[in-house]
Amino acid sequence: MKHPHEEELIAYHGGEILRRDIIADHVTDCPECRAELERIDAVLAALSTMPVPEPGDDYGQRVWQQIGPRLAERRARWLNFGVGGGFAAGWLEPRRWAAVGAIAAVVLLAFLAGRVTKRVTPEAGMADASNVRERVLIMAVGEHLGRSEMVLVELGNAEPANAKQKEVNISSERRRAEDLLEENRLYRRTALEQGDTGLANVLDELERVLLDVAHSPQEVTPAQLDNIRQRIESRGILFKVRVVGEELQQRAESPTPAAKPNGSTKLERNKT
Amino acid sequence: MEATGHSDAIAVERTLAGDRDAFRVLVERHSRNVFRLAYRMTGNQHDAEEVVQEAFLRAYQKLGQFAARANFGTWVYRIAANYAIDRMRQRKSEDAQREPAGRPGDDGIERDPASLVPDAAPSPERLAQSEQLAGHMRRALDELTPAERTAFVMRHWGGSGIEEIADALKSSTSAAKNTVFRSVQKLRRSLEPFVERRRQAKAMGTEL
Repeated sequence: MKHPHEEELIAYHGGEILRRDIIADHVTDCPECRAELERIDAVLAALSTMPVPEPGDDYGQRVWQQIGPRLAERRARWLNFGVGGGFAAGWLEPRRWAAVGAIAAVVLLAFLAGRVTKRVTPEAGMADASNVRERVLIMAVGEHLGRSEMVLVELGNAEPANAKQKEVNISSERRRAEDLLEENRLYRRTALEQGDTGLANVLDELERVLLDVAHSPQEVTPAQLDNIRQRIESRGILFKVRVVGEELQQRAESPTPAAKPNGSTKLERNKT
Repeated sequence: MEATGHSDAIAVERTLAGDRDAFRVLVERHSRNVFRLAYRMTGNQHDAEEVVQEAFLRAYQKLGQFAARANFGTWVYRIAANYAIDRMRQRKSEDAQREPAGRPGDDGIERDPASLVPDAAPSPERLAQSEQLAGHMRRALDELTPAERTAFVMRHWGGSGIEEIADALKSSTSAAKNTVFRSVQKLRRSLEPFVERRRQAKAMGTEL
């Protein structure tokens, strides 16, 4: 076989299974690659000698003393649903969030038309129908922002697949940005109709960024990628998305989310 | 290990049922492991301790999401890694705004006394040499992007799988794989000359 690439040797050293036997055979017979592998090993071995300060046997107790009193202020999300691991755990389980995201638009339309009834959300227990509707909306937008953030973070980390390749393939991010655009438009319009201009503004800015990404070529040069990144950074959109995401999370945790939209949180968000 | 996992699951269940002290068991059991990860990621004790506290607060907050998961230790580890990335990005941007003279030390990382002692009773020359290499290593790690450093720490020190890393980086598995590779590649470029020199000296018996 040809000499494995540096990437393959590093992956092999890290325990990668793909083509493991072939690379192992090659390294046994090839002094050049064996030496290369030894050099990789030497650097990683040196790094593993870097010591970490020992925090002490009572470290866990100290951490608890620090965070114990603060747990109340971080109201656990599962407690707000008034149930234990069952409904809340299933509802919040990440795989199901994907499904929530997919049906969110449909639920949202029904929400706007006022056609969602208690029959749709029997699990909500003591919560009234408007609370439940708002929770669905908050969670759907929160999920949307989470997936948008993921696309932007991936773009921030994107690089050519290997040193020889000059262009960066962003087809996955581009496709996902396209998918997110429709949802984003729907949520933005809803936020506007509800008078939540802070959220509508952030979604508007996010829409422009998603549009930029969706209209980019599948493969971009490092300069083009930098340009996209600069446009993202100049809008500070990642930060805003995180702030709004956090705020929506707090609203989801609030026992009376329906009472909040016209309150102080909206004013705070308008500042972002 | 299985017994720990089982008792973690019970502690999670009890916490979800409203027993706040059950969460204390989880904090006391996993804090040190999370601290080791956080220290390697952030490079200083103060930030590492903040990451540990925030990781457990977030874990408590999101415990409902954990119910279907298998290993609390791995889960909180990933939460810590995720928060540490944000903390490092924030730190880098703060550092970039400051004057270079305002940085703590020439490499921007605090020098914990424990990190200066590589092995038992070294000669002063060997200690100096080891400290020099340790300085290079700290600088090389500091030059990685937060995502690269996280990927490297999780993969090579934490033994995490690519999927876990992808989860912490909020990226695809192929992007996470590429980030791991890039981190090792950058560390090699920075450190290989020093490590090789030391290796050759050792082989020739001229190491101090």
